[in-house]
Amino acid sequence: MDGTIPATEQMNSGAEAVLRALKAQGVDVIFGYPGGAVLPIYDAIFQQNEIRHILVRHEQAAVHAAEGYARSTGKVGCVLVTSGPGATNAVTGLVDALMDSIPLVCLTGQVPTHLIGNDAFQEADTTGITRQATKHNYLVKKSADLVGVVHEAFHVARTGRPGPVVIDLPKDILINPAPYHEPTAKVHRSYRPRTEPDTAKIKEAVALLKRARQPVVYAGGGIVNAGPEASRLLTEFVRLTGMPCTNTLMGLGTFPASDPQFLGMLGMHGTFEANLTMHGADVMLNIGARFDDRVTGRLNAFSPGSKKIHIDIDPANINKSVAVDLAIVADACNALKALIEAWKADPTPQDKEALAQWWAQIEIWRAKQSLRYTQPRDPGSVIKPQYAIEQLYKATRGRETYVTTEVGQHQMWAAQYFKFEKPNRWMTSGGLGTMGYGLPAAMGVQVAHPDALVIDIAGEASILMNIQEMSTLAQYRLPVKVFILNNHYMGMVRQWQELLHGSRYSNSYSEALPDFVKLAESFHGVGLRAETADDLDRVIHEMLATDKPVIADICVDEKENVFPMIPSGAAHNQMLLGPEHEAAGQPTVTSAGKALV
Amino acid sequence: MQDNTLRSATISVLVENEAGVLARVIGLFSGRGYNIDSLTVAPVERDGSKSRITVVTQGTEMVIEQIKAQLDRLVPVYKVLDLTEGPHLSRELALIKVLGTGEKRAEALRLADAFRARVIDATTESFTFELTGATDKLDAFLDLMRPLGLAEVSRTGVAAIARGAKTIG
Repeated sequence: MDGTIPATEQMNSGAEAVLRALKAQGVDVIFGYPGGAVLPIYDAIFQQNEIRHILVRHEQAAVHAAEGYARSTGKVGCVLVTSGPGATNAVTGLVDALMDSIPLVCLTGQVPTHLIGNDAFQEADTTGITRQATKHNYLVKKSADLVGVVHEAFHVARTGRPGPVVIDLPKDILINPAPYHEPTAKVHRSYRPRTEPDTAKIKEAVALLKRARQPVVYAGGGIVNAGPEASRLLTEFVRLTGMPCTNTLMGLGTFPASDPQFLGMLGMHGTFEANLTMHGADVMLNIGARFDDRVTGRLNAFSPGSKKIHIDIDPANINKSVAVDLAIVADACNALKALIEAWKADPTPQDKEALAQWWAQIEIWRAKQSLRYTQPRDPGSVIKPQYAIEQLYKATRGRETYVTTEVGQHQMWAAQYFKFEKPNRWMTSGGLGTMGYGLPAAMGVQVAHPDALVIDIAGEASILMNIQEMSTLAQYRLPVKVFILNNHYMGMVRQWQELLHGSRYSNSYSEALPDFVKLAESFHGVGLRAETADDLDRVIHEMLATDKPVIADICVDEKENVFPMIPSGAAHNQMLLGPEHEAAGQPTVTSAGKALV
Repeated sequence: MQDNTLRSATISVLVENEAGVLARVIGLFSGRGYNIDSLTVAPVERDGSKSRITVVTQGTEMVIEQIKAQLDRLVPVYKVLDLTEGPHLSRELALIKVLGTGEKRAEALRLADAFRARVIDATTESFTFELTGATDKLDAFLDLMRPLGLAEVSRTGVAAIARGAKTIG
């Protein structure tokens, strides 16, 4: 804690002090689940009206809901769970938030301080278990530290590279009186994230970019975290420079998908044009992305001819997997502001002719239409999953729409075929790849945006991982739409088994599925089903017109695979294209690639 | 192409002396698959508010840069200093128990004298030596003691500091 002592006021209980600190930090909703160790906080929640509590049905869902809330608003999400199993159930959500840089504060109950270490009922070493699952964590052992820790936790969660922070709260600390003070400017003495870019390096970056003949901008989730202004500046910069722009999975929406300079998503299931532009570039500007293995493919063949500029708020992301030529540690918004200024100030003319030639090449790649598929039109035709997403997208245009996903094939199809014009509209588990993320995340989004259209694009396997949250949706009248692409398989597992394991579909068939229509009804929602292409538009229309939670069970082609695909261990210019293309000389998966994930 | 040669690095980490800080540092190494060849830690401020961790590790240049960056982003870390980047001093202390009688016992004592190891405990069949020095000096002394009745060793691990007026700040 810092040295200056702010004016304090004694509160009747630690629990009241915690709630007051949460209010001071702008918390208006907590996602949580009660239990013995946190009863004092629940009692304090009962006696006030400013902070709303959303009672989830499983603690993992509380964390994902807070993630959805945080990612769609830019605010810090807040979670409250009890000790022991409450805390351990939250761990998956915490790691998910850590991997995707989502700001959260998770309050966990703990047994009273005098029982810690005694294997007490519902005791778990929460700070030990969550140490590597959080950006930082705390165990409060003294009432005097309590409020300072809460304020500091919010500061740590939201600044620098955002992430989840756990505060472990022993029950006696919550019961005993505790002093309250307002947040102070000073925080943890050793915590000082860098956010302002080095101007000399920005000038160097501009010099490289001005001379580029084949540039590419590769923008990721860091732009989302830097706030909507960063997306506006990214768009301004890309348009100012005339460069092609691609987004990572986490970055979708930071550059308008409808813009002609947008190449679509890059990486394992990225577009042909995005990946070949990355591969052929001579200067690459990475802003807010971390050269994830799903983006780079085989490292020693990743964009081999480019000078790489990397702007990231986390110095540990620099030179982690890809060695870069110019590294700038900064907040994406500040860096983009500086880049635009420096670009305008640098008198060097751009080589417009080379850029035009580069675009001509990119247009040839784009003309390949790597996302092409054919939806059969005969009555009774099976629904292609890509078509289902496209029709859903078309039906929602013009509405304030937020999309979450689970993890797997449907997630990739959603990323490929649903177009985002603005940031904060797309919530997906990118880093950890957590099946079961989408429904609770959608719940959190809907709580934050009660009047918006919130859709969880799901698979029939993933949705069952947190299906219990349908009950939460009903309780709080959250009209989330669950759009299941039901292919009766864990599709991505099945796809890999087809490509890598001789089509031996070991344990990837979704056996004994529930009747999703009846399931929705039993959870007080509306269930719909589309079995053929003729049904699809009607079901989508009905789903969107329903002001209740809906599960739309969309029965899609069971054998469809996600293309394009860079097989594990392959390079960006070794993409597998879909059956539409039947290109000669398609690469096959090597045994080295098979060992990769 | 990146350089794949391994080097040893002695890294000093100045940390807030709070609960769990050592576990954070160790967890970072084990979780990310880095080696720890030696680790020492003790409070270094009079009020006990800061501790200094000295860790000796190995890796390629890229991995060592990554280790430093990962350490630096831990919330309770004030400063990370790679001492191997400049001239520095590193010392270890070892307590060494040698059992024996007769000529071997006399030889152990003569060698201890040559290495400036102090005898801090003695019985008719044992010596306990205290030896301070660089890691390789300690290793050399232990190699010599092995045939002379080396029975037990307790080493502190490396403490290190930069030469000259430079400080960790």
